[in-house]
Amino acid sequence: MKVRTMGRHLREGSRNITRNGWMSFASMSSVAITLFILGVFLLLALNVNHIANVVERQVEIRVFVKQDVEQSEVDKLGEKLKDLSQVESVTFIPKEEGLENFKKSFGDKAYWFEGLEKENPLSDEFVVKTKDPVETEMVAERIKNLPYVESVNYAKDMIKKLFTITTMVRNIGVAFIVALAFTAMFLIANTIKLTIVARRREIEIMKLVGATNSFIRWPFFIEGLLMGSLGSVVPIILLLVGYHYLIELVQVDLNLYFLDLLPLNPLAWQLALLLMGIGAFIGVWGSMMSVHRFLKV
Amino acid sequence: MIEMIDVWKTYPNGTNALEGINVKIEKGEFVYVVGPSGAGKSTFIKLMYREEKPTKGTILLNGFNISKLKESQIPKVRRSIGVVFQDYKLLPKLNVYENVAFAMEVVEASKKQTKPRVLEMLELVKLKNKLRSYPSELSGGEQQRVSIARALVNSPGTIIADEPTGNLDPETSWEIMRIFEEINVRGTTVVMATHNREIVNTLRKRVIAIESGRIVRDEQRGEYGYEG
Repeated sequence: MKVRTMGRHLREGSRNITRNGWMSFASMSSVAITLFILGVFLLLALNVNHIANVVERQVEIRVFVKQDVEQSEVDKLGEKLKDLSQVESVTFIPKEEGLENFKKSFGDKAYWFEGLEKENPLSDEFVVKTKDPVETEMVAERIKNLPYVESVNYAKDMIKKLFTITTMVRNIGVAFIVALAFTAMFLIANTIKLTIVARRREIEIMKLVGATNSFIRWPFFIEGLLMGSLGSVVPIILLLVGYHYLIELVQVDLNLYFLDLLPLNPLAWQLALLLMGIGAFIGVWGSMMSVHRFLKV
Repeated sequence: MIEMIDVWKTYPNGTNALEGINVKIEKGEFVYVVGPSGAGKSTFIKLMYREEKPTKGTILLNGFNISKLKESQIPKVRRSIGVVFQDYKLLPKLNVYENVAFAMEVVEASKKQTKPRVLEMLELVKLKNKLRSYPSELSGGEQQRVSIARALVNSPGTIIADEPTGNLDPETSWEIMRIFEEINVRGTTVVMATHNREIVNTLRKRVIAIESGRIVRDEQRGEYGYEG
């Protein structure tokens, strides 16, 4: 294709948007509205996923070492724990520190336990975190069989419930997003189809004077691309500004620090790129699908 | 040069539009295609610019065997002919100049080539004073002249016209015919389907009469031969 022709296609494609003013406006509005709803769900799903991740990461295995074991053996056990393939981190809490923590938890009543230092009833302890929290149970079972391990403690039932809930929330999120994306596609394809039906005469004439199919398609491709991307601008701005205020509201005004929302950066860029990409894709797809029907003249 | 050898056309609904057409039109000829409505005239014309495909038979057009043409080759064929319709088929949102230039844009001609050629064609159809007018601001005759200019702008060897004067009053029809006559004199083949008895009987040319899908008459300097 000649460069001049590409220039012509770009010009035609953008001019078509203004020429079919109201139709283009309708298409872009439906892109905007669906992308906005999609964006809201996306933000919601991403944050739920994020919170689920944070909660899951708090899952840990507490490994208690048998009493009266040589310090060197304890260290060896620590090495063995670190060597387990699914283990991410191992923290050693000597029994002295354990006692300190224990006393601290009683606040000003800590004096009750004065003198226990000499005959510390607590065990040395390892806190193990797994790379993937789902593997907690399996790792715990393996640790149980290591030498000098007195007992292993983790919230077995709680973990099972937690994972059922987080998987469910994630699946529902994905299903919603997929369904919304499809709805958006059909809505947009339909609106663009209307604008093309209005121009079938134009296409017919182009074919009759000897235009090739790709010559006819290009301006429509560009038009769809522009409408899709332009249509995504307003929802992106609204979502990002809205999200910015939401973070402020949650963390500054309401002091809900436990509600750990994803930070605006890099989420803003990811969301903007994703929505613009989806917008451009459905714009192009919709206009290509529709023009295809009229090329068989 | 257009040649049809034993061409049949049956539409999907079972209608036999053409039944064994054999015809040869030489370069530079001027041919009227006449016949009652529904006799197959339109199908005959549509086969020539490959809007319809024959069910059976061979059609040769300017060296292309268009009955065996691949989809991707159609644009090439269409560029070697100009088509003029009863309803003009102009783009309403483009002005006169743009409508004609459009046909050159499609074949990727440069601006430098386009401008003088479009002006030359608009001169030929005497519309140089209405370059910036839109189709809705023109009379029927003027619109048809624009569509003729568009059909001619890529210098095709053949002009195919499907009832070009069908919507025009007698006086305007004659203006249009004078243009066709002129381009034929310049060497372009003209094939015209028409219902206009007065024109056929006055401006005597070769007449091909089609009835019930067959050629029933083919004579040089023929007559219209039907009532009204």
